[in-house]
Amino acid sequence: MTATPAPELGSLAAIAACVRTGERSARAVLATSLERVRELEGDLHCFNEVTIEAAEADADAVDRIVRSGLDPGPLAGVPVALKDNLCTVGIPTTCSSKILAGWLPPYDATVVSRLRDAGAVAIGKTNLDEFAMGSSTENSAFGPTRNPWDLGRVPGGSSGGSAAAVASGIVPLALGSDTGGSIRQPAALCGIVGVKPTYGVVSRYGLIAFASSLDQIGPFATTVADAALALEVIAGHDPMDSTSLDRPAPSLLATLHDGVSGLRIGVVADFLSEESECGDAVVSAAEALAAAGAKVDEVRIPELLLGLPAYYVIAPAEASSNLSRYDGVRYGLRVDGPDAETMNARTRGEGFGPEVKRRIMMGTYALSAGYYDAYYGQAQKARTLVIRAFEAAYQDFDVLLTPTTPSVAFPFGSKVDDPIEMYMCDLCSIPSSLAGHPAASVPFALNPEGLPIGVQVLAPALGEAVMMRVAASLEASAPRSARGPVTP
Amino acid sequence: MTEYETVVGLEVHCELSTTTKLFCGCRNAFGDEPNTNICPVCLGLPGSLPVINRRAVELALRIGAALNCTARRSIFHRKNYFYPDMPKDYQISQYDEPINVDGWLELPDGSRVGIERAHMEEDTGKTTHVGGGGRIHEASYSLVDYNRAGVPLVEIVSRPDVRSAAQARAYVDELRSILVATGASDGRMEEGSLRVDANISVRPVVSAEFGTRCEVKNLNSLRSLERAVEYEVERQIALIESGGSVSQETRHWDEGDSSTHSMRSKEEANDYRYFPEPDLTPLVPDAALLAAAGEGVGAMPAERRHRLSSLLGAGSDLATRTDGSTDQVVTVVDLGLDELVHGAVAAGADPRLALARAANEAAANPDAARLLDPVAFAGLVKMESSGRLSATQSKEVLAELMANGGDPAQIAGRLGYEQMDTASLDAIVDGVIVANPLEWKRYREGDDKVAQFLLGQVMKSSKGRANGKLVAQAFASRREA
Ligand SMILES: [Zn+2]
Repeated sequence: MTATPAPELGSLAAIAACVRTGERSARAVLATSLERVRELEGDLHCFNEVTIEAAEADADAVDRIVRSGLDPGPLAGVPVALKDNLCTVGIPTTCSSKILAGWLPPYDATVVSRLRDAGAVAIGKTNLDEFAMGSSTENSAFGPTRNPWDLGRVPGGSSGGSAAAVASGIVPLALGSDTGGSIRQPAALCGIVGVKPTYGVVSRYGLIAFASSLDQIGPFATTVADAALALEVIAGHDPMDSTSLDRPAPSLLATLHDGVSGLRIGVVADFLSEESECGDAVVSAAEALAAAGAKVDEVRIPELLLGLPAYYVIAPAEASSNLSRYDGVRYGLRVDGPDAETMNARTRGEGFGPEVKRRIMMGTYALSAGYYDAYYGQAQKARTLVIRAFEAAYQDFDVLLTPTTPSVAFPFGSKVDDPIEMYMCDLCSIPSSLAGHPAASVPFALNPEGLPIGVQVLAPALGEAVMMRVAASLEASAPRSARGPVTP
Repeated sequence: MTEYETVVGLEVHCELSTTTKLFCGCRNAFGDEPNTNICPVCLGLPGSLPVINRRAVELALRIGAALNCTARRSIFHRKNYFYPDMPKDYQISQYDEPINVDGWLELPDGSRVGIERAHMEEDTGKTTHVGGGGRIHEASYSLVDYNRAGVPLVEIVSRPDVRSAAQARAYVDELRSILVATGASDGRMEEGSLRVDANISVRPVVSAEFGTRCEVKNLNSLRSLERAVEYEVERQIALIESGGSVSQETRHWDEGDSSTHSMRSKEEANDYRYFPEPDLTPLVPDAALLAAAGEGVGAMPAERRHRLSSLLGAGSDLATRTDGSTDQVVTVVDLGLDELVHGAVAAGADPRLALARAANEAAANPDAARLLDPVAFAGLVKMESSGRLSATQSKEVLAELMANGGDPAQIAGRLGYEQMDTASLDAIVDGVIVANPLEWKRYREGDDKVAQFLLGQVMKSSKGRANGKLVAQAFASRREA
């Protein structure tokens, strides 16, 4: 099965410009998106819910603002898809889990309000691995999402629905969340741009928690410029999130095309294994950056390999606590029992899928009396080592390059029976999550089978501007065919 | 027979009287309609996040300062356990890095109880079991009210320094006064603003090791606390004396049958899986926070007792005082009448008499007494100590002063308590001498015992208006003449 290039939707700025001048109505832009949903959703299953009525009402509101002579904002009329772990008032928010069946949040996530305030029009809630735990979207309680490049393969995860919606040209922008790679990995597997910002740059208020010290919301787009604009809109301090950094949103577009001349770029050799097409892409990317004037060197940071085991203790530990509240008492699924304890056990037994249960058990174990020091305590030490190693590397380099993923999109079912193999998908993306640093995946090449390969750009905390500059430079030297949107 | 020593450590949960909850903007109020003061945050809805209430931190620091603790950088932990009235199924609490550590509290008798820590945490909701007489296992269903969920608490953990049931009671009583004095709490045990758990053990007096302790819960009044400690100490001693041993467990005080019952053993205790709360950042008690915490806080009861006591000129060591003034000092400070006494003494009143009138007569109506003008009160005390008013008259005038205010001299005049003029007094004294020649003779021969009788006769004739001191002087001068 071969994907073909899809019609361009135009950049976010171009869409907004047409809507702002009244040249094209937000309603018309929305109609194009919804038409594409009708065409492709049956094959792809990007969405848990397409909110046509709410989207039409939002689009009409944007058009009214335009007619009244006011400015609806920098994303005027831009259709956007939201990962279904972002709270939306009165619209089911499920985390692709049976346990949240029927829950209607009474509030919007901060990012959802910010998108709306910028004129964007949300068209629906996208599929994910249940509670964002997974790397293939196969762990959704509502069935997997398919990769538009090859319907027999996974789109990556956990934000697979958002990635596939952008990669198939349904929407030019989607939001995902990234805990250990859940934006970057599906972006790479779907041939689009995905950005995980510095921890604290984007408010987590209204993002249903997986692992609170790691979770960050970020954009999916087909171009670096679109991702940069979206990030400028959703970033910035939020008093509702204590971990939100007290600083304005970063300015990214102003310096996006300043080039990479003179920048020091380190290629992390520890992630370049022999005979790896993803590793080869990083080497080509490094050459392209060198040709564009960057000073490129290899660097060894073996401590980064400690990231994966540390992550698979810390993230489940936090998750085991974050997911305790799904107890059948206040909202979501309830399976009754003779007493509260039994009701609680039955509800959780039926409501959670196997991967979620596995992580709750891993996390509970890691925090238990007598095991805390050996697991959680040790993992925190490893996390500190990763942070120190990055600090040392950033003495010599402005940004680092790695593959985003060890491999291209894999066929359905090929890793579901081997959790460790599945966890390895996050090997390259986890270290910056543990450090709270920003990272972006940029589509850079196609493998011989025509599947996209992403290159990951890492930067130190709050280094979004330089990271996006390098990403833009990589994008400029990548073949156009390596990125979406595509039609399956 | 072995003699045993009681060892008690107390854990007191105190609800802070903030306007809003610890991590959200909901009202912190007692007695509202169930589930009216709730929001996504205190209901723990998916995606919601806690934001610390700065005022609660200030009040916690204030409590720490009043308990002579050290304020330190602190973090929150999650205490994980499942319970329907806990919305997130974990409680945000401070664990091994609390905000206040290492303090002490001085009791009125001068003894000190060490404070291990005073840390912050959130309260839970309240479950009501319906049917089955309110007992959980027989209830047909349960209702949960989340109004209390997320209300700020400070838990004050004492060291095991308490040595008797009475001292345990005195400790909580004093702690309550301090919490009220700081403005951090209303201190109402009956509304659950103050909740007490006691860790109780006994050991042979010769032993240096502590015995195995039991934690007793459901102590809803000072009286329950005292009785529960007494009961538990007897139970443990009987157990040991009969060859058994105390097992570490949590026990429930039952007011009905006046005994404690086992709730759960150590083995059944939850593994709370504490870990640092990732949704909150560390609290650093910087200068601005400490300044805000200290703003408007007056002296604590112990300090006020010392200040008041030092007026009496016998130093400030309450523990060594035996003249009854200790109780008067405690009463006056408890009722907040110490400023009145200080004001009166500053205006020239005799400290001992001012203290006695405040602790006895003024204390009968503390609300009115707190409104007394210290200068007027001083005037009254001076009239009494100079002999212008008898003790009985002085009390009458004070009662009138508290009821309607005014000037003590005018009140005394209105009540007919004007000092008797010298001529009238002389006339009465002479009359008594004439009427009681035998007694007068004995008095002149040096029999002082009869003086009291003569004085009584004068008082009788003057209808209590004569000043005792002046009468004594009048007899004395006639004897010498
Ligand atoms: Zn609330």
